[in-house]
Amino acid sequence: MTIKAKIKVISDGTAEVKVLIKHPMETGLRKDRKTGKVIPAHYIKTVACEWQGKPVMTAYWGWAISKNPYLSFRMNGPASGDTVKVSWVDNMDESDSKEFKVR
Amino acid sequence: MHAVNLQRRKVLGKALYASLAGLAASWGLLPANVHAARPDSAFTAKDIDSGLVELFGDNGVEDSGDIEIKAPEVAENGAVVPIKVTANVSNPEAMALVVAKNPNPVICSYDLTPEVVPTVSMRIKMGESSDVIALVKANGKIYQSVKEVKVTVGGCGG
Repeated sequence: MTIKAKIKVISDGTAEVKVLIKHPMETGLRKDRKTGKVIPAHYIKTVACEWQGKPVMTAYWGWAISKNPYLSFRMNGPASGDTVKVSWVDNMDESDSKEFKVR
Repeated sequence: MHAVNLQRRKVLGKALYASLAGLAASWGLLPANVHAARPDSAFTAKDIDSGLVELFGDNGVEDSGDIEIKAPEVAENGAVVPIKVTANVSNPEAMALVVAKNPNPVICSYDLTPEVVPTVSMRIKMGESSDVIALVKANGKIYQSVKEVKVTVGGCGG
């Protein structure tokens, strides 16, 4: 369950943020084919992107975000060399957080 | 007497846990409280209307040509449907995506700040062919745009 992100200042001066998180994003609707039991839901509930200590963008997700979620958007403000922090929390209270340098 | 003590212990335990969690959060050990603001009831709602009321309040929704949904006409694999939403609306505060025929139609919502250029890409799961509705909250109003996506193989399991 790692976070990968690329944040890059592009030609129009905005920073393009691309985040890829390794996570099963289990719906809670699928059944295990062998045992017939429902596989418990396990999905990321929130993803927060912070810059200069302030939340810039907060994503609230349900289970219908695909496995190994991808999120991309653009930001006004960050310059090359700044850090952007990305963190997530899932429904089993697991979490991760990592800081990325803007290129 | 015994039961009372147990109850007291539970209460004390919870209080201790809460204060420890608060302390940890203030030290930056736990992610900031932005993670606590998720409107959980919107995501468990089984129909669009109640989901949207939980998300944005009972304000009514206006159609808008200024919200663009980029999605495939036909998605072969419902487990991974790429979606890009662009809101050409001034002062967008929040964005949300609804898949009309999913068991829980509200699938994601984003809190935006003025630093965000409101173009968001993601990959979603769709159980069957359905309308995909993008909603944007701006200037106290809720705007929506709809696009139909046909799904060859559903991706919600079950």
